[in-house]
Amino acid sequence: MGEKILDITGLKVEYHTDGAIIYAVNGVNLSLYKGETLGLVGETGAGKTTIARSIMRILQTPPAKLCGGSINYKGQEILDLSEKEMRRIRGNKIAMIFQDPMTALNPIEKVGFQIAETIAVHNKITKAEAEKRACDMLEMVGIPMERYGEYPHQFSGGMKQRVVIAMALACNPELLLADEPTTALDVTIQAQVLEMIQNLKEKLGTSVILITHDLGVVASCCDSVAVIYGGQVVEYGNLEHIFDHPTHPYTIGLFNSLPKLDSGETRLKPIKGLMPNMKELRPGCHFCERCNDARECCKTLSPETVEISPGHIVKCHFAKKEVESWPHSLKSNI
Amino acid sequence: MAPLLEVEHLKKYFRAGGDRQLHAVDDISFTLEAGKTLGVVGESGCGKTTLGRTIVHLIEPTEGTIRFEGEDISNPSKKDLRRLRENMQIIFQDPYSSLDPRMSVSQSIMEPLLLQGKLSKAECREETLKLMKVVGLAEDYENAYPHELDGGRRQRIVVARALALKPKFIVCDEPVSALDVSIQAQILNLMLDLQEERNIAYLFVTHDLSVVKYISDDIMVMYMGHMVEKAPSGLLFENPMHPYTQALLSAIPVPSIHNRKKRIIMQGEITSPINPKPGCRFAARCRYAAPDCAQAQQLEEVERGHFVSCCRCHEIKKAQAYQTN
Ligand SMILES: Nc1ncnc2c1ncn2[C@@H]1O[C@H](COP(=O)(O)OP(=O)(O)OP(=O)(O)O)[C@@H](O)[C@H]1O
Ligand SMILES: Nc1ncnc2c1ncn2[C@@H]1O[C@H](COP(=O)(O)OP(=O)(O)OP(=O)(O)O)[C@@H](O)[C@H]1O
Ligand SMILES: [Mg+2]
Ligand SMILES: [Mg+2]
Repeated sequence: MGEKILDITGLKVEYHTDGAIIYAVNGVNLSLYKGETLGLVGETGAGKTTIARSIMRILQTPPAKLCGGSINYKGQEILDLSEKEMRRIRGNKIAMIFQDPMTALNPIEKVGFQIAETIAVHNKITKAEAEKRACDMLEMVGIPMERYGEYPHQFSGGMKQRVVIAMALACNPELLLADEPTTALDVTIQAQVLEMIQNLKEKLGTSVILITHDLGVVASCCDSVAVIYGGQVVEYGNLEHIFDHPTHPYTIGLFNSLPKLDSGETRLKPIKGLMPNMKELRPGCHFCERCNDARECCKTLSPETVEISPGHIVKCHFAKKEVESWPHSLKSNI
Repeated sequence: MAPLLEVEHLKKYFRAGGDRQLHAVDDISFTLEAGKTLGVVGESGCGKTTLGRTIVHLIEPTEGTIRFEGEDISNPSKKDLRRLRENMQIIFQDPYSSLDPRMSVSQSIMEPLLLQGKLSKAECREETLKLMKVVGLAEDYENAYPHELDGGRRQRIVVARALALKPKFIVCDEPVSALDVSIQAQILNLMLDLQEERNIAYLFVTHDLSVVKYISDDIMVMYMGHMVEKAPSGLLFENPMHPYTQALLSAIPVPSIHNRKKRIIMQGEITSPINPKPGCRFAARCRYAAPDCAQAQQLEEVERGHFVSCCRCHEIKKAQAYQTN
């Protein structure tokens, strides 16, 4: 593997809201190499957006509070940079596609103009060139350039999302944080957008953190996957680890929940129960209340992370046992 | 007996500067029986949200007829509209913006009941608690506010609120898109249970084709304001006839690293929905396009319940069968 460009260790983020503390991110370790795409999947509220916002240093504080950890970006400690230094990195080196497109769009400015402006800020080109590039970007995300002069409210949900994608990609970032970038898109346009991201990777060696709950998208464009639950990485590995040997009970539950295209099932099989409220940090495993295999120790002891095969990390007391129960053929490569 | 919902030649055009018209929904007709689900899929921007919003009269149709239980509701009076609202509800994609952040969980669910004014305050609260139970929200959340809740619980509130007035029809505009697959499965199961219990009909808009297959009785495929294909759920996947449907189904990302399918790449210019030319709107990107495609296309029933709007669909099917043999 190439150069490590991002190294997150022990990241902790809390939200302090009227009297209560929400423990959103609880000691996350992640690293990312040049040209790599890391998929982040996990329950709604698991802390994925909070992790991405921490890297961009755009957490709203308060209510958010960074309580510990380090985010090292190409040898620089992001958490120690001044706001001025950070502004130089944001957009130029690190760009983010937001989950809610209206966070990034100005409701009273023409869509095309907003793209052109972003391009102009990040590239030394004339206004006319920026406009031309903005038109091209629009067409690349499947919107006819005729619609350059319209306002966000005239666009459909997915069209707004595509504008935001065009803006982020126009900056040619080294690191792209894409938060559910294709959730509002149909599968053909989604494939087009993922291809654009792929091209950026090939052209510039861009590294990508892709937050998504679409496991099909993960399978088609990620190199590695981190499964997040309750503000922690509960499983991490390459595609083969996660798709062929999912080991954490939460990861397995995710796969079981999927509607299958080729079966006539009448009811889906979700994981029972809901996310625990993250207002208190309980001692044991965060998933234990919903886990069919939970034992006494799961309630009281936080599981260690174990590397069950090279590069495949699982945070579960029984991860090793799981490996032993795999059919023999699968064990040969451990 | 008349079907629950009949939509005939429905059109919604938006003004796009000057005398230019954006054809968001263009001549769509279908019927929906009580207790059934019609899935709606199609390219982003093809008019799905506009279709749903027009049917429930959040926006006025440009042309066409909508009948609900046999009664023409295309131009409802204020009084009719109120009654309609009780019978027709809409669930939006985004559980963040569809809930008022200043209202607690119970206030949100109770609001439509209070506005309706049929029940006393105490009865409203009782009904609210019942609804919370139906959608699987613990009573402790009665006084919580939306920002304190995760996406799954928020979407349950939205569902409870939509159910409050016991509607017969709900437009669901990407109701589970923002949720992870496990919570998504919970909400889909809940919606199916409610459909069985209460005989609710859904118009279900989604981009997730495995979800739409699972939940729908019939599926309608839209392309730039037109309905290009409609078929019973299983048939559409077994025997897609319209070239756009075929391209769409070929692009479904499979959650596995082994069976990589080949995606049909659509090339060519994207046509604009503003003052579109007559004829097939997909033609510019269709690899089977021929001169005939510039004519207005007719919807043809190619097999029972399976409608396709493509003059070349039989030829294409034949050619494809030949290729695979
Ligand atoms: N501004 C805020 N104030 C208070 N709590 C917050 C705030 N933003 C997030 N949280 C809480 O922090 C936790 C993590 O939220 P986050 O948005 O990072 O999750 P996520 O994994 O991105 O979820 P989703 O899949 O729904 O986008 C959640 O419990 C959420 O309710
Ligand atoms: N208020 C409006 N004013 C002008 N044009 C509009 C308005 N609302 C929608 N449109 C246009 O109508 C067309 C259909 O939009 P609609 O929101 O119905 O699409 P959609 O199929 O729901 O797309 P998505 O999958 O992205 O949500 C788009 O071209 C959109 O730009
Ligand atoms: Mg998020
Ligand atoms: Mg829509």
